[in-house]
Amino acid sequence: MSPKSYIFSMFGSSPIRPMQQHMGKVQACSAQLVPFFEAVQAEKWEEAKRIQRHIAEMEEVADQLKRKLRLSLPTGLMMAMSRRDLLQVLTMQDRIANKAKDIAGLMMGRQMRFPEPVGKLMLEFMRRCIDAITQAEIAINELDELLETGFRGREVELVESMVSKLDEIESDTDRLQVVVRDALFALERDLPPVDVMFMYQVVDWTGDLGNLAQRVGSRLEIMLAR
Amino acid sequence: MEYAIVFIALAAIFGFFMAWGIGANDVANAMGTSVGSKAVTIKQAIIIAAVFEFAGAFLAGGEVTSTIRRGMIDAELLAGNPELLVYGMLAALLAAGIWLLVASMAGWPVSTTHTIVGAIVGFAAVGIGIDAVHWEKVGNIVMSWVISPLLAGIVSYGLFTSVQRLILDTDEPLKNAKRYVPIYIFLVGFIVALVTMLKGLTHLGLGFSTLQSYSVAVLVGIVTMLIGVWLISKLRFKPEDDSDFHFANVERVFGVLMIFTACAMAFAHGSNDVANAVGPVAAVVGVAKTGVVEAKSLMPAWILLLGGLGIVIGLMTYGKRVIATVGSGITELTPSRGFAATLAAAAVVVFASGTGLPISTTHTLVGGVLGVGMARGIAALNMKVVRTIFMSWVITLPAGAILAIIFFFTLKGIFS
Repeated sequence: MSPKSYIFSMFGSSPIRPMQQHMGKVQACSAQLVPFFEAVQAEKWEEAKRIQRHIAEMEEVADQLKRKLRLSLPTGLMMAMSRRDLLQVLTMQDRIANKAKDIAGLMMGRQMRFPEPVGKLMLEFMRRCIDAITQAEIAINELDELLETGFRGREVELVESMVSKLDEIESDTDRLQVVVRDALFALERDLPPVDVMFMYQVVDWTGDLGNLAQRVGSRLEIMLAR
Repeated sequence: MEYAIVFIALAAIFGFFMAWGIGANDVANAMGTSVGSKAVTIKQAIIIAAVFEFAGAFLAGGEVTSTIRRGMIDAELLAGNPELLVYGMLAALLAAGIWLLVASMAGWPVSTTHTIVGAIVGFAAVGIGIDAVHWEKVGNIVMSWVISPLLAGIVSYGLFTSVQRLILDTDEPLKNAKRYVPIYIFLVGFIVALVTMLKGLTHLGLGFSTLQSYSVAVLVGIVTMLIGVWLISKLRFKPEDDSDFHFANVERVFGVLMIFTACAMAFAHGSNDVANAVGPVAAVVGVAKTGVVEAKSLMPAWILLLGGLGIVIGLMTYGKRVIATVGSGITELTPSRGFAATLAAAAVVVFASGTGLPISTTHTLVGGVLGVGMARGIAALNMKVVRTIFMSWVITLPAGAILAIIFFFTLKGIFS
């Protein structure tokens, strides 16, 4: 005989905790870009290699969390939030980790050191993008409180204010990206053209980190508005 | 009547078997939301179930018992040969008991109510004649199976929304929880007591005026509330528990409320579902003793005791294991939701008991849970399981009926 309570089996597993774990991993993974960048600028290649490997490993862990979460969300669930919105937030979160891995991989592969003063500006820009990711994580961490209050009232307002702060940080990163590009433009004639091409690539990708973090926030907002 | 002792003995055995099935399967489901939300331990749940199932059956089970016993069949048609009623009720008990056992072993979600109603209607329609069934009454019962989960859903939606407004979505949820949770506890005591006073106790020969009923219900409500206030005052709140999840301490207050709703649920279940086992036994004993199909007779106390005992033993032997799987599982059902779903279901079931309608406790509870889900209170509900639970009665009714018909003709062949 298999003892079973039907009332109990109707409760599906909640995606909220796994969602938060995934975002935590993504944040930790991308935050490693800062020490990585500093190591590259100081030409500590051993150190840089070690951090780059670490970033790749964390990206892999995040990937597995993502896959597991997707599989645990079959259709036919009645959920407190839209399944589609949730999966889109998850995709955005996951792209952040992918992007961080790509940035570290490209810089490592080409031993890409930014000439000063671009390096300093680039570090500031990168830090701000990580700030955006951290802010997105803070908002995602409110998901369990949102569920508790049934996605309404004060808790929704709180998350909305978090998302607008995220938007502010993101526009900061846009501004910083322009500054970095200008500084690089001023120097580009004296640098090897292929190197410069890829530097622009890394600047773009770093900007993408901020954009993706913002999109996590805006998807979350859509989820609230249902 | 010839074989009177044999009939009474068989009725007692079959009735006990059926009651065991209810305790093993149904009670565990009724207690599922309470144990699942971690508000009561498995041991506490079993004690609560044992005490309040019995209290519910004894104090408020009279109306449903008389529906099962004689509400669905036209007794006058049987005046000539009362032994047909004996065979039929014995067959219905055996059919329902066996079907419950088979379904439990196979892991199908079945309702005890649907099984026994199917069985009784089955033997009466085929064994005695289509006219022997009070189709109007049966129609009302079937209607109530549709309405009860809907009603529970609406009530739980309302309850959960009021919890959001008054407690969760406020500046100081913990302070408001301590203020308003006692009022919900009052409501639990009040509703259960009122329905019992107005409807149930007449079967024990006690009649109360409306005013008396309301006064006693208010009194019971106040007493339960005071116990609740005392329990809440004993809670120790740790602010550091709220650092990760800001509502951890608030949920602890709801945990106290959940203890009371668990009691109400067990009471409600006892008041409605014990009748499924006890009603047919009472019918058999009544006929066997007097030799005639009586329209009115009091329920012998030993039959109620038998039903209550059967349920408790079913719970101890098998139901415990079902409850244990609930308690050990990881669930996202917090006490604030569990309470809304359970109280809504308990209120609807107690009300149905007062009206004499045998309804499915499981279905009503599922309706209550869905209501909270509609208010975006539960992360994920598995709608496939919900569908299976609701659809299972489509096979349960004919299965109970066919088994009862087979047993009816077998018994008829043996004894006449």
